[in-house]
Amino acid sequence: MLIQVENLCHIYVPGSPLARVALHEVSLQVGSGERVGIVGRTGSGKSTLVQHIAGLLTPSEGQVLIDGVAVHERTTAARAARRRVGLAFQYPEDQIFEQTVFREVAFGPRNMGLNKAEIAERVRWALEMVRLDPVMESRSPFTLSGGEMRRVALASILAMRPEVLILDEPTAGLDPRGRRELLARVRAWQVETGATLVLVSHNLDELARVVERVIVLDRGQVVADGPTRQVLSDSALLSAAGLDVPQSVTLLRTLREAGWDVRTDRLLPEEAVEEIVHAYAGHATALGALQTVEAM
Amino acid sequence: MNLLLPGMYMAADSALHRLDPRVKMVAAFVLMVLAFAAHSLASYALLTTFVVIVAILSAAPPIALLRTLRTIFWLGCFMFFFRLFTTPGQPLVAVGQFTITREGLLTGAAQIYRLCLLVIISALLTFTTSPAQLAHGLEVLFKPLAQIGLPVREFAMVLTIALRFAPALLEEIDKISKAQQVRGIDMYSRNPLRQMQSWVPLFVPIFVAAFRRAEDLATAMEARGFRGTQLRTRLHQLHMTRQDLIAALIALAVSLAILGLERSI
Repeated sequence: MLIQVENLCHIYVPGSPLARVALHEVSLQVGSGERVGIVGRTGSGKSTLVQHIAGLLTPSEGQVLIDGVAVHERTTAARAARRRVGLAFQYPEDQIFEQTVFREVAFGPRNMGLNKAEIAERVRWALEMVRLDPVMESRSPFTLSGGEMRRVALASILAMRPEVLILDEPTAGLDPRGRRELLARVRAWQVETGATLVLVSHNLDELARVVERVIVLDRGQVVADGPTRQVLSDSALLSAAGLDVPQSVTLLRTLREAGWDVRTDRLLPEEAVEEIVHAYAGHATALGALQTVEAM
Repeated sequence: MNLLLPGMYMAADSALHRLDPRVKMVAAFVLMVLAFAAHSLASYALLTTFVVIVAILSAAPPIALLRTLRTIFWLGCFMFFFRLFTTPGQPLVAVGQFTITREGLLTGAAQIYRLCLLVIISALLTFTTSPAQLAHGLEVLFKPLAQIGLPVREFAMVLTIALRFAPALLEEIDKISKAQQVRGIDMYSRNPLRQMQSWVPLFVPIFVAAFRRAEDLATAMEARGFRGTQLRTRLHQLHMTRQDLIAALIALAVSLAILGLERSI
């Protein structure tokens, strides 16, 4: 399973004064089983790009191929290719419409023409994946809490067993614990199924925990594409793209400027702590450095 | 804003944009009535010239303006063929039991032309007048009706809100229909039954979203002290300037000229 984005351009409302270039000559590839993050400030073209990968938009120029099939076309092959991609929009709970959680999650599999037993099996599995209690199956999704609704919406996509799962800002509007849990579930799902995961976000701290590769978009163009550690520790690049540098990187950078011998490509808080402890133990002027930290 | 509706407001700074909305609305209304009432070729020539000049002054892209005509394509076809086959007169061709007459061809064409003028005139109004200005203008123009107990101000408020939220609702519809497409609904199925089924997953979330939005808006308005029954003052007052007066006089002159032309036949 190979996603190839070739020279993709997208212009919204072409030929009017409101015309806006959302994507400009974007080319990239995503291989099977990769965990990729797409980051960029508001309006950088992230959502447009993932909608193209899901075959929901028609390119102004260029194309998106999934295993060689152009996904936006209206052929049977393109339809089959689109079926392999699952996309959860921002605030996916907005798409909920059924009377019960079971029926909501079963909607996708039913549209795929599966038989009853298989549908039930997939619903159980998907609800288990997002850690929703099976007793909720018969409840109305509109009676659930926001976080639970989000998980139902996610389960309804997982139940279709996509080979590529794209999540557009999946943690928006959740509390810190809800965010952590959701991402942990998504990661567990990816490890279990070996599927491709594309995560759109502008929270880099969060992304650092999940993806192994990061693509940075700015004004509709790819400005960086590389291993997470390398891209997310490049504060100059991230600032230029209008993104917040991960907190750990900011801290380590400040320490480094203050004369500490620390590496700055430690993205996670626990990695940063380890780095600081290590440096502290070996540092001659440790006391002075500590004062620096306290002063911050 | 990634969607464009035919006739949607396009912010710019043209002579027409700066005009008082009341002048634009009254002039547009009178011109539309004349477009339907006129019969002579001379009136249409005058009206067309005037509309073209106004269109140039509006700074609206000609393509966008012509594109609004798409909205009446089917209506136009229907009216044309209706006139074509039902107008008695000098027969040209017979198709089955229907006959196409010379008069039918002419009145059919005239009918389409009137419809196009109508759409272009209203598009010129909505391209250059923001929803808020439209509602404000309407409120002022219909103020006399408040005397006989009609809720003019409330109606203007409802209109403002409806116009204001139409694009947001459209974006919502776009997002939800895409989300359900990912989940495998076939919105473009040729099977009418399947097509009907595809509406439920669309309508339920859209209604839920619309109600939620309405409730949020009501709360926000109340929190800022909005009371439907109390008189509100406005930040932007409408003032007739000299330009407005000149524009109104020109529109009046054109209207009188057309009336004169009609009389003289």
